[in-house]
Amino acid sequence: MSTLEIDRVRKAYGHLEVLKEVSISIGTGDFLVLLGPSGCGKSTLLNMIAGLETITGGQIRIAGKTVNDLSPKDRDIAMVFQSYALYPTMTVRQNIEFGMKIRRIAQADRDRAVKTASDLLQITHLLDRKPSQLSGGQRQRVAMGRAIVREPKLFLFDEPLSNLDAKLRVDMRTEIKRLHARLGTTIVYVTHDQIEAMTLATRVAVMKDGVVQQLDEPQAVYDRPANVYVARFVGSPAMNIVPAVLGAEGATATAVIDIARRPAARIGGISLSAEALRRYAGRKVLVGIRPENFSIATASAAPALTVDFDVVEPTGPDTLAVFQLGGVEVTARLPPRQAHAGREAALAVDTSKIVLFDSETETRID
Amino acid sequence: MSASTRMSSRLAGWLPRIVVAPSLLVVIVTVYLFILWTGVISVTSSKFVPTYDFVGLEQYVRLWATPRWHTAVANLFIFSALFLALSTGLGLLMAILLDQNIRAEGALRAIYLYPMALSFIVTGTAWKWIMNPGLGVQKVVNDLGWTDFRFDWITNPDTAIYTVVVAGVWQSSGFAMAIFLAGLRGIDNSVIKAAQIEGASLPLIYRQIIIPMLRPAMLSVIVLLSYIAIKSFDLVLALTNGGPGTATELPSTFMFSATFRRNQMGVGAASAVMMLMTVAAIIVPYLYSELRSENNG
Amino acid sequence: MAEALSQSGKARLGRLFVYGCLVVVALLYLMPLWVMVVTSLKPLDEIYGGSFIGVPKVVTLDAWRAAWSEACIGTECTGLKPYFVNSLLMVIPAVALSTGIGAINGYILTKWRFPGANFVFGLLLFGCFLPYQAILIPMARTLGLLGLAGSIPGLVAVHASYGICFTTLFFRNYFVSLPDELTKAAMVDGAGFFRIFWSVILPTSIPIIVVSCIWQFTQIWNDFLFGVSFTSGSSSPITVALNNIVNVTTGRKQYNVDMAAAMIAAIPTLVVYIVAGRYFVRGLTAGAVKG
Repeated sequence: MSTLEIDRVRKAYGHLEVLKEVSISIGTGDFLVLLGPSGCGKSTLLNMIAGLETITGGQIRIAGKTVNDLSPKDRDIAMVFQSYALYPTMTVRQNIEFGMKIRRIAQADRDRAVKTASDLLQITHLLDRKPSQLSGGQRQRVAMGRAIVREPKLFLFDEPLSNLDAKLRVDMRTEIKRLHARLGTTIVYVTHDQIEAMTLATRVAVMKDGVVQQLDEPQAVYDRPANVYVARFVGSPAMNIVPAVLGAEGATATAVIDIARRPAARIGGISLSAEALRRYAGRKVLVGIRPENFSIATASAAPALTVDFDVVEPTGPDTLAVFQLGGVEVTARLPPRQAHAGREAALAVDTSKIVLFDSETETRID
Repeated sequence: MSASTRMSSRLAGWLPRIVVAPSLLVVIVTVYLFILWTGVISVTSSKFVPTYDFVGLEQYVRLWATPRWHTAVANLFIFSALFLALSTGLGLLMAILLDQNIRAEGALRAIYLYPMALSFIVTGTAWKWIMNPGLGVQKVVNDLGWTDFRFDWITNPDTAIYTVVVAGVWQSSGFAMAIFLAGLRGIDNSVIKAAQIEGASLPLIYRQIIIPMLRPAMLSVIVLLSYIAIKSFDLVLALTNGGPGTATELPSTFMFSATFRRNQMGVGAASAVMMLMTVAAIIVPYLYSELRSENNG
Repeated sequence: MAEALSQSGKARLGRLFVYGCLVVVALLYLMPLWVMVVTSLKPLDEIYGGSFIGVPKVVTLDAWRAAWSEACIGTECTGLKPYFVNSLLMVIPAVALSTGIGAINGYILTKWRFPGANFVFGLLLFGCFLPYQAILIPMARTLGLLGLAGSIPGLVAVHASYGICFTTLFFRNYFVSLPDELTKAAMVDGAGFFRIFWSVILPTSIPIIVVSCIWQFTQIWNDFLFGVSFTSGSSSPITVALNNIVNVTTGRKQYNVDMAAAMIAAIPTLVVYIVAGRYFVRGLTAGAVKG
């Protein structure tokens, strides 16, 4: 069993509060990603789980045991750092062995553990090299090897891929995912890259200003963002957030959106709870539409709105078309060769994927 | 969790402070407490040994009434001004010349800097011999045929202080060069390239762009050389022993002889306090700004 | 074409000028060393015969022998030998102590920062710029009280105390550039305060240990003020003994012996400089230019 419970944890430096009552709990084998921009408190939280920062308030429990006052070595964790933090004067083997030496593990067991880990990570041929003789990806593997041999209850990763170039980052991402599948250990992983969060996590905690905005499965975070902040942070290009006025048509809602020099667009058939419908009918709301939920109108997909494309950016698999909607800039992801700058186009919208937000609190309306 | 792990983790929290404490204690005693002690002695009537009777600023009055101290202060100004100007100028010039993709740069740099490795006593001994009018440079030039040539600064009370400047510059200008060179190496090459593309000549680039960019290095050089100048002691002692007469007395030699040779410990302490205040006036703002910019950067 | 030629001719003239300047200055800087060496190798008669800068006609090591084992310092005619030994006995423990303590201080002030750590560093830093005249009298009294007056252990203590300020500066500035994650990784691996210092930090610090040792060696070997203030007679360091030899006023001045003695006092630091000049420069500029 290796669960992690973060229970109303706070962190303050004097009067500066960097974490405000954060509560997260994950089960054995979960892959939790703490996602957020720099300064949101995600690394501080990770360091507190590791025991490298003191806890101002609340409790952290690993496998049911409160670890608040335990030093890092007594928490049964292993950590992979952004700069890898390999000991520069030691060989790869010595780097991996160091922690086991301190715990006075017998030489034979150490050798066995080093062999297993290095085979798993395919670094056996590098064992006698110094870190300065390794490439970025190899250093990354050694850092993971150092963590694996501890056989910890909890793996902690602090932005482990951000020092790698783009291609290597994708490869190592797959590698980490494979490792998690094979070892089945609970992992806490900090990143500011939403793609890493989407691809790796079983649970994502999106953070901002020391507060968890949403804690859920990655697909749920993507489909049903808790608020405008999460909606914009997860997904690229970001979700379009368009001001509109909500109307009620039977059991469903209709969003009325202004379009410059054209009649207002009416996007109908948005499902909403009866209570929310009653409350928001006739009021201003924010409509969230993912770029891929737009499509070129056809016979089967009736046009919801007609717009003029300002800029068109082909990316290969699709084309991004930019236009004005409700006074803001909006991006649609369309099939290649179907959009042309300066032309007008009739677009359909997948209304089942539309998310509505309160225009003042910016939280999701269900 | 056991109580012992909690105890040990609390101890671990204090360990760094416990380990650094003895050094801190030593420095607080040998630097700050001793300064205070010197200050106390300077307001007593101490002569051969410290006596702790308060006499107010009497020793300071006596100090400033001593012609020898006036000579020392005047000499310090002459020496510092010339020493600073010449060492800085020469150091900067050498650094700029060395920065021109010079072939034997390493060897030349080593030659300019080796005097820094020598004791001022060695430097003083060597230059005393070189400037000896009877057998040194003057005689060499005389023997070459220029019989009127005189280089007897060291025996002339009016010029003896300049011999200290010469030896001091020889010893320390390499130091200025090293700092300037480090500063020059830190300048982004693209700035120079951009100026060259705009058609600026090399001397112009140096005057208008590079030397102004060396301001931090310049500040360091001036502060550190001032400090060397104020504490110069061994050089004078070895080169001229403060003479002829008292012609090359500096505050540092004055303090030493007053305290240990003339049994005027109170006056010696007062002169030490004057020196300390001069150094502090230069160093404290410098350190403050260095530490501050480091914290911001 | 002609213009291009004259351009390159001008450039070549410029290079010539630069090299000319550099070589002339280099010769001026080497001159005192040259004069010391040749004078020390000449017999006294040749010196009084007027040869100052020239190559010796007769090379003799008599002056070196005299300076090493015969010259009179005060009333003792033992040469510099015992004082050279004094300096060694003083410099080795003082360098080891101040470097070791500075290393651990630097480690604490960067990797185990506590509230007020910056203030502590500031206190130590000012010690680097202390004009020692300001502490001479109290230090002399204190050494007397501790029974260390006029002794080599006393000098070791003085040099180690003030040396801590410099060595802490060196090590702190070096350790600041080591990533904090290194210490964190070691903590997660289970290493404690001393283990991290010994197994992780210290092995990466060879260059700065060399810098610190060289700087401290040069400073302490070359010191005169503490030596002349706190020792007398047979416990003096070599700089004090050298000054005494040179200032002997009786008899015919033995310039060759003076120069040989100066060379003997200079050789240890010169050797260190020649062998490890790179590190020496780093020590010199450590406090001056921010890295």
